[in-house]
Amino acid sequence: MSSETEPAPVLVIGLGNAARHDDGAGLRLARFLEAEALPGVVVKVLGEPLALLDWWQDAVQVVVLDAVSSGSPAGTLHCFRADKEPLPAQFFRFSSHDFGLAEVIELARALGQLPESLTVYGLEGADFELGEGLSLELKQAMSTLLQQVKDDIYSPGHSC
Amino acid sequence: MTVSNKRSKTRTIKVEALARVEGEGAMYIKLKGDKVSDVKLKIYEPPRFFEAFLQGRAYTEPPDITARICGICPVAYQMSSCHAIEDAFGVRVEGPLRELRRLLYCAEWIESHALHIYLLHAPDFLGYESAIHMAADYPEIVQRGLELKKTGNELMTLLGGREIHPINVRVGGFYRVPRVSEFKDIREKLKQAREAALATVKWVSGFNFADFEQDYEFVALAHPEEYPLNEGRLVSNKGLDIAVREYEEHFSEEHEPHSTALHSRLAARGPYFVGPLARYSLNFDRLSPLAQEAAREAGLAKVCRNPFKSIIVRSVETLYACDEALRIIADYEMPEKPFVELKPRAATGYGCTEAPRGILYHRYSFDETGTILSAKIVPPTSQNQKVIEQDLYGFVAQSLKLSDQDLQWQCEQAIRNYDPCISCATHFLKLHVERD
Repeated sequence: MSSETEPAPVLVIGLGNAARHDDGAGLRLARFLEAEALPGVVVKVLGEPLALLDWWQDAVQVVVLDAVSSGSPAGTLHCFRADKEPLPAQFFRFSSHDFGLAEVIELARALGQLPESLTVYGLEGADFELGEGLSLELKQAMSTLLQQVKDDIYSPGHSC
Repeated sequence: MTVSNKRSKTRTIKVEALARVEGEGAMYIKLKGDKVSDVKLKIYEPPRFFEAFLQGRAYTEPPDITARICGICPVAYQMSSCHAIEDAFGVRVEGPLRELRRLLYCAEWIESHALHIYLLHAPDFLGYESAIHMAADYPEIVQRGLELKKTGNELMTLLGGREIHPINVRVGGFYRVPRVSEFKDIREKLKQAREAALATVKWVSGFNFADFEQDYEFVALAHPEEYPLNEGRLVSNKGLDIAVREYEEHFSEEHEPHSTALHSRLAARGPYFVGPLARYSLNFDRLSPLAQEAAREAGLAKVCRNPFKSIIVRSVETLYACDEALRIIADYEMPEKPFVELKPRAATGYGCTEAPRGILYHRYSFDETGTILSAKIVPPTSQNQKVIEQDLYGFVAQSLKLSDQDLQWQCEQAIRNYDPCISCATHFLKLHVERD
């Protein structure tokens, strides 16, 4: 190993549930990114947001890809600088019984465990019913989304 | 949350919390004067999609496919399916492989219970809107919960290959089993986790609990020698004592007109209660001495009928899971083969194991090549729905003086006592209270 410190890799994490159609969009995009084998980029996929806390412990720059449903057309890419501010209110679900991405980010912020740079990409889905495969709109948008996220990796939050 | 006050006497409260929409959970309470006239709960959709999806698949596939039903308890689905398939083909998995399965299950209990205790349930008792708000005042305590959960994750990763949807489980055992030396690091972490679990029992036993007890019918597995995880007979405190294969002769699922959900009932007596409170109350004597002592010191009797105290019982079970994991690791000898061979035959098999939230029943029928002809899965949350509704009737009736907001808060807490697996089916909870 050289004595020079190598820059820490960019950690890209795909979240979601592939058994619920478009909820698997973040996972799919993460797999596409993994296949590109970008230098200095490490890709992970997770099914449960709380595990993020363990994964990003030593990371400096983190990119999270997740499906969202906000009423925009399917295939829309939302970008949030989560290191700077909480995800928008409609991403929260305090009253339900689950611990989602927005809550995990705020918990990490409260505990001082947020990575220095954290960008969240929300991939707008249309179909969240049980079943495999993405909806047509998302499939068609995938290559554009991939390019957009790739551009942003080297210039964090460029599309935000 | 939105509260709308119309001019009439009817008030409606809606809780809307949306992230990824995975179905819709709803609670509806109707009050007429000082009487509760209706309670309807819809929190869980049965995994019918998966049952249909499994038809025509090979007998080797259910552990991987059903693990995807739940991000929090994949091991439970893997274990119930493996036991059902092995039952059909007349195979028993014994010795170190059986112990490794138990160990994997301990990992899931630690992970799932720590999540619920610290991040979902404790904020209710301490008056915080969420764990995020609680973390601002109690960072060390929340950190302790996260560390506990992380140890569960690490044990799961070691045995299961990865922490979410373990890929190392197969029918008959595992693809690969660990060497004794691989447990060195996790053993130390589990010792720390056991201390953290002990501190958790003490911490939660100091909370204030609603004075609310019901004469439940508790249903859980019972095994003569061990606290139940993978095996046992199905027993209750009201006389049920049956083999797992007799499940469908005694339990039925009924369609509720107000939802697509199925509600389970005991044919003879109606609603029943599954999960930590039931397991504990039916199996106290099989807990480890350390867990029994902690329970006594926390003020729990051998039977606990207050669902709000489930947070203490969950903590005692977390302590037990750490203790049991350490026992298994101390006794572990690497098996010669990581799995037992199975020979398919035309048969039906039955499996039931103790998921963190209670009994999870699987039944599969195969043709002579091992292709699945039919599958049935009954998760714990669908079994508890009826008893949750019943709790709400009783609890709301004694809490009518509360404002809508406080009533909603406490009703949510009453539902959370059961750690309902909304994450499997629904991420969207709406609450309606209507007063006439």
